[in-house]
Amino acid sequence: MSTIKNISRRSFVRSIGLASGGLILACNTSVFSDKEKAPENLIDFNPNLFVQLNSDGSLILVASRSEMGNGVRTSLPSVIADEMDADWTRVSIKQAVGDKKYGDQNTDGSRSIRYLYEPMRKMGAMARAMLISAAAQKWQVPEEECSAENHFILHTSGKKIGFGDLVHIAKTLEIPAEDTLTFKNPKDFKYIGKHLRSIDVEEYANGSAVFGLDKRLPNMKFAAIARCPVTFGSVKSFDKTATLKIAGVIDVIEIPRIERPFGALGGIAVVATNTWAAFKGRDALKIEWDFGDNQVYDSDEYMKQITENVHKQGKVSKDVGNVNRAFNGADKIVESTFQLPHLAHAPMEVPNAVAWVQGDTCEVWAPTQEPQASRTEVVEYLQTDREKVTVNVTFLGGGFGRKSKPDYVVEAVAISKAINAPAQVVWSREDDIRHGYYHTVSAQYLKASLNKNGNVTGWLHRFALPSIVSTFSPGVDYAAGFEIGSASNVPFELENMKVEVGQAPAHVRIGWLRSVINIPHGFSLNVFADELAIAANEDPLEFRLKLIGKDRIEETQDPIKYNTARLKNVLKIAAKNAEWGKELPKGHAYGLAVHYSFYSYVASIVEVSVVNNKVQVHNVFTAIDCGTVVNRDTVKSQMEGSAVFGISLAFYGKITAKNGAIQQGNYSDYQMARIHQAPKVHVEIVDSDENPTGVGEPGVPVIAPAIINAIYQVTGKRYHNLPLSDHGLV
Amino acid sequence: MITLRINGEKHKIDVDPTMPLLWAIRDIIGLTGTKYGCGEGVCGSCKVLLDNSPVQSCMIPVSVAEDKNITTIEGESRNLQLLQESWAELNVPQCGFCQPGQLIAATALLDKNDNPTDEDINAAMIGNICRCGTYQRIKNAIHRTVELKNQN
Ligand code: FES
Ligand code: FES
Repeated sequence: MSTIKNISRRSFVRSIGLASGGLILACNTSVFSDKEKAPENLIDFNPNLFVQLNSDGSLILVASRSEMGNGVRTSLPSVIADEMDADWTRVSIKQAVGDKKYGDQNTDGSRSIRYLYEPMRKMGAMARAMLISAAAQKWQVPEEECSAENHFILHTSGKKIGFGDLVHIAKTLEIPAEDTLTFKNPKDFKYIGKHLRSIDVEEYANGSAVFGLDKRLPNMKFAAIARCPVTFGSVKSFDKTATLKIAGVIDVIEIPRIERPFGALGGIAVVATNTWAAFKGRDALKIEWDFGDNQVYDSDEYMKQITENVHKQGKVSKDVGNVNRAFNGADKIVESTFQLPHLAHAPMEVPNAVAWVQGDTCEVWAPTQEPQASRTEVVEYLQTDREKVTVNVTFLGGGFGRKSKPDYVVEAVAISKAINAPAQVVWSREDDIRHGYYHTVSAQYLKASLNKNGNVTGWLHRFALPSIVSTFSPGVDYAAGFEIGSASNVPFELENMKVEVGQAPAHVRIGWLRSVINIPHGFSLNVFADELAIAANEDPLEFRLKLIGKDRIEETQDPIKYNTARLKNVLKIAAKNAEWGKELPKGHAYGLAVHYSFYSYVASIVEVSVVNNKVQVHNVFTAIDCGTVVNRDTVKSQMEGSAVFGISLAFYGKITAKNGAIQQGNYSDYQMARIHQAPKVHVEIVDSDENPTGVGEPGVPVIAPAIINAIYQVTGKRYHNLPLSDHGLV
Repeated sequence: MITLRINGEKHKIDVDPTMPLLWAIRDIIGLTGTKYGCGEGVCGSCKVLLDNSPVQSCMIPVSVAEDKNITTIEGESRNLQLLQESWAELNVPQCGFCQPGQLIAATALLDKNDNPTDEDINAAMIGNICRCGTYQRIKNAIHRTVELKNQN
C-alpha cells in the first residue's frame, strides 16, 4: 500500500443517507491548493463527488467533468473503480449537473486528471474500506483478514461476498478518517495506467449518444439568431415581414446584448418548428445594424500595426543579465518576425443549447465545458435563485475551449422565456465561425546572438497580441501574466534575456483555444531555435539539447516547476523513435519541436515531404511525459488528435476581419485537415509516477513549428507566418 | 405530404418539399443520429445512404429522397454493424459527433469494395471531417473490419 502525495488537510469525506437505499460517498474535491484556482473555488466546502453502490452490485459513478472527446467520463471513474477494487463492467456513469458541490467543473486547461486524480482515489479507497468493514462485521472477523477483489470482499478463510450484498451494512457505517485510508500499490492497478475504451463508445458508434443538438423536449421550438457582423454592434431597425411568411416560422424576437464576458451578443431571433425554417427565416430578415466601434477592425492592417509594435521597444516584462552587451559582442545575430492569424475553434458540433424557463425556474441542457459558469449566467439573466436553475451537461461534439464560454446558453434562456416554451438555439456553422471567441492574432520578434562556439549569448523576445483578459476587462491592450509566462520561462539556458510586450487592443472577443498562448509561443520559440541551429551550423537536435542545457528544475510562478531533464528526455525519445539522422526518401525531411505546457513535456518529430511545392505530413513521432497516466489510450488518442489539430492550423488556420466582420464562414473557407492529410502518429508515453499533468492540449503546440522546420530541411525556405495555404504549400 | 422510407419504416411528413432531408430526419422524424456540421455539403456529418449511395443529407431536398431507401446510422446493415464493432474495438471516436457520418461513408465503401486500400479509404472518406482528428483510427478500423470479415 502506498500513500497519495499532496493530500490537503482541508479535504474531508462523509457519508450521507440516500432514499434509494444505496451507499453514497461524497468527498470534497478541493484538495489541491493550485494557484490557478480562484480563491472562491476553495471557499465552498460542501461535499461533492459521488459513488453510489446499489444492493444489486451496480455501481454508479458521477462524472463531474464534461465529455468532449477528452475521455473524462471513462478516466476519472476508472480511478475510483480501481482504488475500490470494483468491476468496471458493473459501472455506469451519471453526468453531474452544474453545481459547486462537485468542486471545480470547468473542463478546460487540461486540468481534469490533474485536479481530480487524488480525490478519485480517495473516494475509491474510502468505499473499499467501508465494504471491508461491513464484511468484517458480518463475518465477525478482524478487518485485517479481509481484502477486496473485483467487486467482492474476500476472507482469508476463502469465503467471499459481493459488494452489493454489503450495501445494507456499509451504509450504516461511519466514514473512516482520511488518515486511516490505505491506497493500492500502483503495481496492483487494474485500470489506471492501462488501456480502457470509452465507456460511451457504443453510443457514439450507433448514433444514440445525445449531444446538445440532439436534445428534444415536447413542444420544443428551434431558434436561430441574426447577430451583428461586427462584434458588439447592435440592431438599429429590422423588418420581419418576409420571415413571418416562411412556413414553420412562429415568431421573431429581439434579444438584447448582455454585457458580460459570457453574455449573449444579442440580435434578432427567429423561432420556428424546425431548425431549417429558423435558418431560412433568419436569412429573410432585413436588419439595419449599428456596427459600432469595432467596424474599424481590418486584420491585415492590424497585423501591420502589431508588427510595428514588436519592432520597437515594448513593456519590459523580464530582463536578465545584459542583452545589449551580448548583442554587441556577438559573432552572429539572428532575428526573425513571426505573424500568426486568429483561429476559430470550429468544434464539429456547433454551439447550441436547450432551455426551458417556467416561471422563475429554468432547466438547461447544453454541451458546455463549464456548467457552473453557465448556471451563473442564467441566474444573472433571470435574476432568480441558484437553486431554481438546473444545468444538465450533454455530450459535447468537441469543445476546444469554445464551449467553456456559455454565451449560447443565455440565448436559449432568453428565447424560452420570451416564447414561454422550451427552446433550442442552434448556431449555424457560419454563426460559429463569425461570432466566436477567437484565438488571438499575434506578432512576435525574436533576436539572438551567437558566439563563435555556437552558443546563444543573448535573447530578446517581443510580442504583441490581444489578450484574453480583454474579454473580461474591456480596454486591456497588453498581454497578461499567464500569456507572458511561456515566453519568459523559455526552457533554454540563457544568461542574458529580455522579454517585452507590445500594445495590442482587441476588436473581437478573444478566448482560449486548445493550448492557448502555447500556439504562438511554441511556434516562435521552436522555429527560432531551429534557425539558430542552422546559423550555428549544428544539427538541430544536438543544438536544441545544448540550448535547453543542464538538468535543472526551473523556477517559475507555477505551482509545478519544470524539469529540463524531462524536457530533454521526451525530445530524445521522439528522436530515437524517428531514428533522427536516418536517410529519408527524396523530398522528405524531419523537423522537431519540443514544448512544455500544462505541466506536461511533449516533443514531436514530423516527417514532411514537399513535392511540387505541396506539403504532406507522413509521420509524427510524439513523446509525452504527463506524469502518472490514467488511461493510456486517451493519452494516445489525444496525441493523435493534437497532431491533426496542429496540421489544420498549420495548413489552413486563418480568420480575418474586414470592416469589423469576419470573412470566413464555413469549413469551405475555414478548412480542416482531412483523412488524406492525416499522418501516422507514433506515440510514446514516458513511464512516470510523478503527479499527473495535462494531456488534452500540450500535444498541439509542437506540430506547426516542427512542420516549418522540416519544410526548411527540404526546401531551404523558412516560413515565419501561418497558414501554409497562404504560401501556396497546400 | 411526402413519404420517406427510413431504415425500412415509412414516415409521412407534411413539410416544404425543398426542406433538406437532414432536417426532416432530425427535427420532423426525430432521428438525431444524423448530424448537422456545415449545411453546405463539405463536412459529411449528415451522411445517409440513399438507395445505398452515401449522400450529404443537408444537400438533398426531401422531395428527391421520396420513394428511395434511406439508411441512417440507426439503421441496419451488415457492413455497418461490423464497422461499428471495429469502431468500438479500436476506440475510434473522441467526441463522437462526426462518427455517424464516418460510419455511413465507410459502410458505403465496404458495400462496393471488399478490400479497400489506404487510397480507396482516403477517396471514400475525404468528404468527412473529424475535428478531433481520429482519421488514423478510422483507417485502422476499416482495415480491421475487412480482416474480421475475411476470417469469418
Ligand atoms: S452537414 Fe451536410 S455535409 Fe456538413
Ligand atoms: S470524433 Fe470528434 S469530430 Fe470526429
